[in-house]
Amino acid sequence: MSDTQQNSSGWGPGASDVEELVPEAKSYSANQLVVRRFFRHRGAIVAMITLAAVIVVAFTSIGVGPIPGWWNKDIATAYDKVGDGSPTWAHPFGQNTIGKDYFALTMRGTQVSLYIAFGVGLVSTLIGTLVGAIAGYFRGILDSLLMRLTDVVIIIPLLAIAAVLGRMTGGDVNLLVLALGVLTWTSLARLVRGEVLSLRERDFVMAARAVGTHPVRIIVRHILPNTVGVVIVSATLTIAAAILLETALSFLGFGVQTPDVSLGSLISEYKNAFTTRPWLFWWPGLMILAIALSVNFIGDGLRDAFDPRQTSTKE
Amino acid sequence: MTTLDISTSGAAHTTGDAVLSFEGLTVSFRTEFGEVHAVKGVDLDVRPGEVVALVGESGSGKSVTSTTALGLLPGNARVSGTVTVGGKAVGSLDNAGLRRLRGNDVAMVFQEPMTALNPVLTIGDQLTEGLQLHGIAYGKQAEARAAELLRMVGIPEPERRLKQYPHELSGGQRQRVVIAMAISCDPTVIIADEPTTALDVTVQAEILDLLRSLTQKLDTAILLITHNMGVVADMADRVAVMLKGDLVETGTVDQVLNHPKHEYTKRLLAAVPHLGEGPGQFGEVAQPAPPVPGEAAALDLKNLVIEYHRIGRPPFRAVDDVSFHVDPGEIVGLVGESGSGKSTIAKCALGLIPARSGSVSILGHDFGTTRGKRLKELRRRIGVVFQDPAASLNPRFPIGDLIAEPLVVHKVGDARSRREKVMELLDAVELPREVFNRYPHELSGGQRQRVSIARALTLEPELLVADEPTSALDVSVQASVLKVFTSLQERYRFACLFVSHDLAVIDLLAHRVVVMQNGEIVEQGPRDSVLRAPREDYTKRLLAAAPVPEPGEQRRRREARHALLTSLGEESAELHL
Repeated sequence: MSDTQQNSSGWGPGASDVEELVPEAKSYSANQLVVRRFFRHRGAIVAMITLAAVIVVAFTSIGVGPIPGWWNKDIATAYDKVGDGSPTWAHPFGQNTIGKDYFALTMRGTQVSLYIAFGVGLVSTLIGTLVGAIAGYFRGILDSLLMRLTDVVIIIPLLAIAAVLGRMTGGDVNLLVLALGVLTWTSLARLVRGEVLSLRERDFVMAARAVGTHPVRIIVRHILPNTVGVVIVSATLTIAAAILLETALSFLGFGVQTPDVSLGSLISEYKNAFTTRPWLFWWPGLMILAIALSVNFIGDGLRDAFDPRQTSTKE
Repeated sequence: MTTLDISTSGAAHTTGDAVLSFEGLTVSFRTEFGEVHAVKGVDLDVRPGEVVALVGESGSGKSVTSTTALGLLPGNARVSGTVTVGGKAVGSLDNAGLRRLRGNDVAMVFQEPMTALNPVLTIGDQLTEGLQLHGIAYGKQAEARAAELLRMVGIPEPERRLKQYPHELSGGQRQRVVIAMAISCDPTVIIADEPTTALDVTVQAEILDLLRSLTQKLDTAILLITHNMGVVADMADRVAVMLKGDLVETGTVDQVLNHPKHEYTKRLLAAVPHLGEGPGQFGEVAQPAPPVPGEAAALDLKNLVIEYHRIGRPPFRAVDDVSFHVDPGEIVGLVGESGSGKSTIAKCALGLIPARSGSVSILGHDFGTTRGKRLKELRRRIGVVFQDPAASLNPRFPIGDLIAEPLVVHKVGDARSRREKVMELLDAVELPREVFNRYPHELSGGQRQRVSIARALTLEPELLVADEPTSALDVSVQASVLKVFTSLQERYRFACLFVSHDLAVIDLLAHRVVVMQNGEIVEQGPRDSVLRAPREDYTKRLLAAAPVPEPGEQRRRREARHALLTSLGEESAELHL
């Protein structure tokens, strides 16, 4: 009932001419409301803690590049095999065929997979927002051109073209991020375009145009901040999709190349060990599951927070 | 058709027991921020054949009160007290009982007929649905009854209309269909929630005539929810005034409107602009200085034509050969009903849409031929205020940034001088300086509209274009905004193109009036000659349809309007039994 929410207290002539401010105990800005609603979403909170734990452990345990971590084994050394290489106190995730520490390998794979996923999320969000904003604001021929380009990218089978591009990158992770980024921006571009099309007709944009504001300033300052909900939600879902896309590519052998590892390439390498040494399959599998699930849950929570009307959770 | 006849006990009305009564009704909603008490103890009776008007401003709880009679409140509402409809306590009914109640005993007429009707079903489908659900008529019989209902509410060619979709009808006809649906099951009470707010003033008068004849011919009781005091004066037998969930005053329409007792009612009535009383109600606007020869008009439209392109069809001509001008320091009221092209002209005067032919000159510069830097410089001299303050303020900007934005765009001053300017403007529109860091959603509607007026004046424009600046506001808020507006106009002496559908507001402010219909100018001239002694039939009709908030005077005006319609060879709307 919008009727009850608007708490217009001040009023008219005869009374004091200055209306008092809305006498709420505390008032919230739009962003504070979003944060408040997000923290109500229990699944999203659990997911956020899980993801944070995964990130922290993955990066601190074996360290990044020259910086050493707290885990006393590395990914390159082949250690003496303890028994058949199943998990022990010395090697909690077990050892692989040649005795390498599987915890260190899994953490390295997680690092690479996370880096790719967030990188792809960033690249595709940037491209998608830019394309969508330009198409939606300027409309006309520019809109047609950009949207047909989007259609072309959409109709190419994603996995096939990603495999081709992945092969061409020769195992360079940064190039792989770029390659996957330029393939996954399409849905966001369409969403942003839709939002911008409706926002550009709003009175505050009219008011900005009437004052003589430059189109770039209108897009950047007036329109894009109002699409932030769509963009953030879509970005999280893109990250979740990118994790799976990367693992799929690496599994097929077109993604990250040896000697580097990712969660997908680990699974691919040990897919035959599933029955004999199941830990070699399960640990990276569980990591993929944990990351993809928690990112999806966070995206869900964000969507509910930005758009309370289509809430799926009961309070 | 005798088996389907609805009872016509016309003569004996306003007697008998109440058909709708609220006793000690309280409603609260559970929200994220705790309990919100929307209705705090309301006692009210509505008797057969009677129109009770429930009056109040937005947030007063009037719609919530009426919704309880249908048992249609959302799940987070808590209702206590009793609501009785036709002898049945609504609170004690189960879902099946409620469904039988709705339509049979109590029906609803909604504010916006376009959204109240389902766009993908034909009028016939929607009318027969209620008849079939309530077991009144089926199949062919139901269709015949539906046609009958349409004829009753005065829709020509009812058989053909049954096969049409809502978008094929005009706004007034759609509202008639909604009324036909409401009376289809012969309810004892009709709840009309702002039934004419979305309609043009001439259509409003017709719908009110129709509703009035419902009570007279069918003895139906009507609970009329409205914020428009003119509608109250025109329709109501009794009036109940609500303020923040409390009923502060009830009485006959004459008692409440002519001799209000409660302080709030008095202030509410004082805030209603009264058509025919001219300027001065909320402060006098400055008279424009006598024109200096050779000085360019603030806005000069010459033979302006504006067309909207449509794919696959000829373009739609929204404005056709319009010429008028606004002198410096002068307020020109642009009046017309929806679709008359008045907002299109306002947008064109702002340079937001191009003219097809003719010219738009601002302060001596032709908008159509000015480009680049010169155009930006020209825009600096025009300010704009839109209708809906919630939509015209960017929700992600704090108030201070909103008002300073034009200064930033035109690179005027530094951060400190801008801040000073904003503070000065906040004082001028009578807003506390603390709002500087607040966001738009934290302010009320009237405060937001003042922010948007302050923003329009940031660059001290010579021309202000105001497109329905008070139409989305409550009357008391409208009064305070108009007051601020007049004092600002006196101080800054800007010329103003004031677009409005409300003749009373135009009467308050404008020096000259331009009346538009279907994209063409019907009549223009000084306020007194256009509004006091109109020459054209359309202007006469427009003036006659605008209700005034005084029951006696309104009754005279209504009769005069019926006489005018008769003289123009038309008949006034009523229920055809």
